[in-house]
Amino acid sequence: MDTVFPEILAEIDAGLEGRAELPSPDALLKRAEEILEAWLAARGEVPEAGEVEGFRLLALHRQGCKGTPSFNACRETCREIVFRRNVTLEYGEDTVTAHRLEAMVVKHLALFVGGKLEQTGLGEFCCSSRPLHAGVA
Amino acid sequence: MAKDLKEKDLKQVAYYPGCALEGTGHAYNRSTKAVGKALGLELVEVKDWNCCGAMEVKNIDPQVQTYLSARNLTKTEEMGFNVVMAPCNGCYHNLKKAEYDLAQNPQAVEANERISAKAGHHAYRPGGVETIHALDWLKRAVGEEELARRTAGKLKGMKVANYYGCMYTRPRHIFPEKDQGEGSESTYAPHFMDDLLASAGAENVDFPLKTACCGGAHAMSDADTSTQLVLNILTTAEACGAEVIATECPTCHTSLEIHQLRAEKLLGRKTNVKILYFTQLLGMALGLSQRKVGVAENMADPRAYLREKGLK
Repeated sequence: MDTVFPEILAEIDAGLEGRAELPSPDALLKRAEEILEAWLAARGEVPEAGEVEGFRLLALHRQGCKGTPSFNACRETCREIVFRRNVTLEYGEDTVTAHRLEAMVVKHLALFVGGKLEQTGLGEFCCSSRPLHAGVA
Repeated sequence: MAKDLKEKDLKQVAYYPGCALEGTGHAYNRSTKAVGKALGLELVEVKDWNCCGAMEVKNIDPQVQTYLSARNLTKTEEMGFNVVMAPCNGCYHNLKKAEYDLAQNPQAVEANERISAKAGHHAYRPGGVETIHALDWLKRAVGEEELARRTAGKLKGMKVANYYGCMYTRPRHIFPEKDQGEGSESTYAPHFMDDLLASAGAENVDFPLKTACCGGAHAMSDADTSTQLVLNILTTAEACGAEVIATECPTCHTSLEIHQLRAEKLLGRKTNVKILYFTQLLGMALGLSQRKVGVAENMADPRAYLREKGLK
């Protein structure tokens, strides 16, 4: 697993368990971007700098899906991160819960992408196993 | 085709249970049939159905998988039905994908015709059968108003996180009937299960991982990642205030149950949220017993919790 994943997971767990402050909503969003950057880097791609609907995370997700439809399984996960970040920043009411939920969703993205990176070495036994389709696994 | 179907067309539909509902998802099979019966709906099992190809065949040869799913649609047509209900997300996805591929991909059509001829039956042509999910079936054949009348709020006081998994809405292009505005299902924020359970009195919590991956496909090759993914789903549901996670897919359901136990055993992380098929919840709301909807078959025993809620 890429070194960024254990660090992100440890940081979020520490925040959720009360051993440290949770990263800010924007810092969590940045962490989510780093997760997708790691996915793109592992595929030998340069992560794009553009935005979709005002967020780089959604642009990175779109880039990460190209040629790998199964990566779409984290589409709503990325959108939820953006949504929870917006709720936390825009509304005073219940922001503690929204902030914690944003952290939990970023954790899910880290686990999902980290798992897929590990699986890539085994032949990506997921919903669309391209190495097998292509006869290279 | 979807919007042309009327309520009466769904009172009696062909039923494609798929392999999982005869094994680990038996409680889903049992509760789906029980709910249908209680509501005056009839399921007629597709004769001589076969595996939809799930992920195993799709990973080796997607066109054989398309054929396998299309054969089930042929069998449905042969019985005189134009609607087949598939309660498993994997089966539902694959039958919808076969419909799409046979309408769009000449290679898939050629392979389907070739294998069908070899097998000695007519090749399925797209447009003959509409595949629907159990959620579509109950929402469209019965609807919230009638369910509310029949259940009299029996799920009141139950806080539910609705978990749809990642196959029910993905990829969007094989579900042309979704995202069609009011009354249709959403691929971004599915709500049919929320609607049905709310009509029976349940309080749905705002759950951010309703379509997140449960790691079901990694269960064999990387069980530890699956356990971590599921544990995060369970803890997030609890953080949202849920007492129950409602499921509508046997793979997701089994994954949640197995990894809930595994997380406790291997990681020492116990979660208390109960995992139940939405059909089990609706069945009990309709007055069916725990036994009738197969609650004893669930791995994480929810019986005491259900009794507390007045569901016997």
